[in-house]
Amino acid sequence: MSAQEELILHLKKKSVLMRMDLLEMLEPGKVGHLGGSSSMIDIIATLYFHKMNISASEPKNPNRDYFIMSKGHSVPAQYAALAEAGFFPKKEFRKMKTLGGMLQGHPDMSTPGIEAVTGSLGQGLSVGAGIAYSLKIMNGWSNQVYVACGDGEMAEGQLWEAASFAACYKLSNLTMFLDQNSLQACGPCSEVMCIPDLAAKWSAFGWDVIEIDGHDLAQIINALNHDSGTKPKAIVSKTVKGKGFSFAENVVGFHNGAMTREQYETARNDLESLWEELN
Amino acid sequence: MSSNIPCRKAFTSKLTELAKKDPSIIVVTSDARGSVTLNQYAEELPDQFVEAGIAEQNEVGIGAGMATFGKRVFVCAPACFLSARSLEQVKIDVVYTHTNVKIIGISGGISYGALGYSHQSLHDMAVMRTFPGMDVIIPSDRFQAEAVTEWLAKSDEPAYVRMGRGAVTDVYARSEGSFTYGKANTLKEGKDVTIIAAGETVGKALEAAELLEQEAISARVLDMATIKPIDREAILKAAGETKGIVSVEEHSIYGGLGSAVAEIVIQENPVPMRIMGIPDEITIEGDSAEIFDYYGINPQGIKKQALSILKG
Repeated sequence: MSAQEELILHLKKKSVLMRMDLLEMLEPGKVGHLGGSSSMIDIIATLYFHKMNISASEPKNPNRDYFIMSKGHSVPAQYAALAEAGFFPKKEFRKMKTLGGMLQGHPDMSTPGIEAVTGSLGQGLSVGAGIAYSLKIMNGWSNQVYVACGDGEMAEGQLWEAASFAACYKLSNLTMFLDQNSLQACGPCSEVMCIPDLAAKWSAFGWDVIEIDGHDLAQIINALNHDSGTKPKAIVSKTVKGKGFSFAENVVGFHNGAMTREQYETARNDLESLWEELN
Repeated sequence: MSSNIPCRKAFTSKLTELAKKDPSIIVVTSDARGSVTLNQYAEELPDQFVEAGIAEQNEVGIGAGMATFGKRVFVCAPACFLSARSLEQVKIDVVYTHTNVKIIGISGGISYGALGYSHQSLHDMAVMRTFPGMDVIIPSDRFQAEAVTEWLAKSDEPAYVRMGRGAVTDVYARSEGSFTYGKANTLKEGKDVTIIAAGETVGKALEAAELLEQEAISARVLDMATIKPIDREAILKAAGETKGIVSVEEHSIYGGLGSAVAEIVIQENPVPMRIMGIPDEITIEGDSAEIFDYYGINPQGIKKQALSILKG
């Protein structure tokens, strides 16, 4: 097995574990953002377990790379990565969104490994650009900043303010993942607010744009390794909302829905089968 | 004494001086270096100056990102935009994230006068003081603006500071001692009635006290530069030692200084109050002096309200 094949197998296993983690967070009957969390899993796994320099024992290490979940409702995917990386114990999963639990419904600074509060869409890229500007232009450091945005989120005007800023100041240490799962809370993105040609738009704003399948780990790795020169990088990733949960794939209701006991068991069995295949 | 130096200029001069000694001080602005009087700062400290363009929402987020990274960030722009268009970014990126960002609202209140209601900020104190952990400060003259700036540069907490556009009559003779965080300054002792003012209305309150003095009425004058956390002790002392309180502010009568004072008074020692400010209407246009006069926010108007308390 080549090093690349070993890496991909490693990331596939992480992705399965992280999808199992989502099940722990979203037990039957508990409403949660399964759809947008699961569509991000493969990208988040690649960032946390291949690309990013992070340290669970020292979450604020100055040499770390930064990840901001601008589409804050998908934070369960980040919680899964943080727990798998050892930032906090998995026993917190069951307490997600409960009184006194560490893991809130949207990112909160009290959770180890969270770099910015989000939840109001459209704001994360600005914060990421502020960090990237400080790192590159003010301090001359090489740390990288990654921000995940949703395609529904693209309707937020502030994102385009941040897009202009990042390109103007040549923030080549900033990467934006667009999780293009094509669905949002009330239906297909194209019907709620049609914003065609997103890749062309980011390119027109001065970003280096790479279009990938957001579940193809090799494509994710290659896009991350691609040198964008002096431009910030936009990785426009086609994804499936609910990916890995057969009953939830491309189902609008699972933007923020609850699994039945039967669906939960189906998902568990599917993921366990996949885990056995990979081992 | 009168001066031609507005608070905003005193602020930027002092900030330039402080930033030369502290490279972590960063100014972010949104095509407002002219209105904020940041040209000299930008020329002398280009590495500590960030132009965000006309994009106030992004501006606050950028500032918060820099603060997350350890910078001491001053986001400077017209108060009308920072306190309304960027309000959510202030709420999430500054208050909730608890970043060391100072939101500096320039030309606040009715400073922009004739530019119309779009350019006025008469809601800012009300909204900012509802945010947990957010300090809210409004200096009354150039000397206090300097002292506030020194304090801001040392503080690690988020703050909203509002300054007017034009020069105002000096309230203080020097910067030293003109500002203590969370404490009112008693500018004039008095036993009959108390006038509590903040910002540009402090000078008017002092003049009103002189008018009252001519009628043998002893008016206490408090400069409440820190709207939040407000000086509860000074308010209760005034309530206990004088017959009532007139609050005067360049803000809506709802939610600002008057409301903050009333929240203390009504719960702990109810005394008669008059809340002077801009009434619940789209503000008339004119220069700021004309607008103040139109709404009776001048020495004569303040005197009238003080007398109405004493006459019961």
